[in-house]
Amino acid sequence: MKRRPGRFAVLLTLCLAVTLTFLTLPIVAIFLDSSPADLIDSLGEEGALDALWLSLKTTAISIAIILLVGTPAAYLLATRSFRGKAFVVTLVELPLVLPPAVAGIALLAAVGPSGILGGTVEAAGVELTFATAGVVVALTFVASPFYVRQAMAAFASVDRVMLDASRTLGASEARGFLRVMIPVALPGLVAGTALALGRALGEFGATLMFAGSFEGITQTVPLAIYDRFSTEFDAALALSAVLVAVSAAILLSVKLVHGSEVLGGAPR
Amino acid sequence: MRRMLALAAAAVLLGAGCGDDDGDDGGSGNGTRLVVSAASSMSEALEACAPEFEDAEDADVRLSFAGSDELAAQIRQGARVDVYAAANTSLPEELYGEDLLSEPVEFATNEFVLAVPADSEIESAGDVAQPGIKVVVGSESVPIGSYTRESLAKLPPDQEQAILGNVVSNEPDVKGIVGKLSQGAGDAGFVYVTDVNATGSDLKAIDLPDDLEPDVTYGAGVPTEAREPDLGQEFLAGLTLGPCATALEEAGFGPSP
Repeated sequence: MKRRPGRFAVLLTLCLAVTLTFLTLPIVAIFLDSSPADLIDSLGEEGALDALWLSLKTTAISIAIILLVGTPAAYLLATRSFRGKAFVVTLVELPLVLPPAVAGIALLAAVGPSGILGGTVEAAGVELTFATAGVVVALTFVASPFYVRQAMAAFASVDRVMLDASRTLGASEARGFLRVMIPVALPGLVAGTALALGRALGEFGATLMFAGSFEGITQTVPLAIYDRFSTEFDAALALSAVLVAVSAAILLSVKLVHGSEVLGGAPR
Repeated sequence: MRRMLALAAAAVLLGAGCGDDDGDDGGSGNGTRLVVSAASSMSEALEACAPEFEDAEDADVRLSFAGSDELAAQIRQGARVDVYAAANTSLPEELYGEDLLSEPVEFATNEFVLAVPADSEIESAGDVAQPGIKVVVGSESVPIGSYTRESLAKLPPDQEQAILGNVVSNEPDVKGIVGKLSQGAGDAGFVYVTDVNATGSDLKAIDLPDDLEPDVTYGAGVPTEAREPDLGQEFLAGLTLGPCATALEEAGFGPSP
């Protein structure tokens, strides 16, 4: 009864092997090229911890903003239909396909000192270029579509019967959104958060062009890696390894939470 | 995803570049490819003279611009380029010492200046030491950054500290500094006079006193691992005599010392 695997199955396996090798080899190389001792040393090196702390801080702030504003916005887009909705969704998704350099230029043209809203920003007493706030703006700009898109899909796939039931029982829409929609859509929201986190943590081009590069203020880990690339390749490698480890840890913990939500299932 | 996009963009740009070259060659197309790694500050000049070199040598010139230090790092990592032209002489000398480059030749000089937006009221290095002035400089590893620190070190210590304290960004190459200044994000920066010339009228250059001006000499060589070493030497010779020498002069570079 045992059948030999068909040619198609062999092809599939081969393609997976190629994909896997291509995607993991560069990452494995980072770790092969830098010993664990180098890793520890690189963190002790001046500026490396500053960069890591700045990356975590700015990423956390931008993710908080994205969740707070993006979740209701995604809910609206997922649950209402209106004229021009497809266009609005496209606009929201547009930064997904923008090269980072374009994002940097666009931010400068919009809220940079000579940008169309530059005067307003300055009058409000807010400093963006060369300031940590500017890094947060850049991260939020490039990362939010990843979350909003995923959140929209999550809300759209929730069975409307559940929300209607809560309405019938006298709950306001706001209450239904908080107590029914968010818990049910949570796995999707968490997955979206993970994507946005990864994107924000790795942001490089938009940050450099819009906010500049200064240790402790605007030099996030990717910028610190680039700064070390030419003169201290080993330090750059080690810092890259740290970023890989942190990103992997975030992805993994999110997956664990995500998984338990799927298993635990029921909303509170 | 981001990298894929960047790669795709780079591919499109490269593609566009090739298209132009083919047009200039009248479609001869089968010329040898010459890869030139040059400091960002030479981009306008070399882009202007490359087509003439291509026509004369029936070659396809690929120009790659970045900070001299990054280009050196790429060569150390095994990048196969045919010409390395840096914004200083120490990086080529280092590569020569590591047997990665032919003996470097000095082919041009540049002038280290203070650059400010055209409508700025800053007139001297002293003004840059005032509190609240946003100063954009090159990162320490890139030549413009080390020239800047070398020059500032000749100022009175309090002035040097004040200016360094005003630094808001350490950019990876001169383009970053110039971009921040022409966008009005920075108030002052230290760059080469050729960079200011290239912006047209957006920025103005302020001459520094002679004793503050570091000696900015550009050096170049042919990497040991070059695929086209002979053609690379041709290009190198053209930097001191020929269309590229003229283009460099027009961009504001001085002749080799």
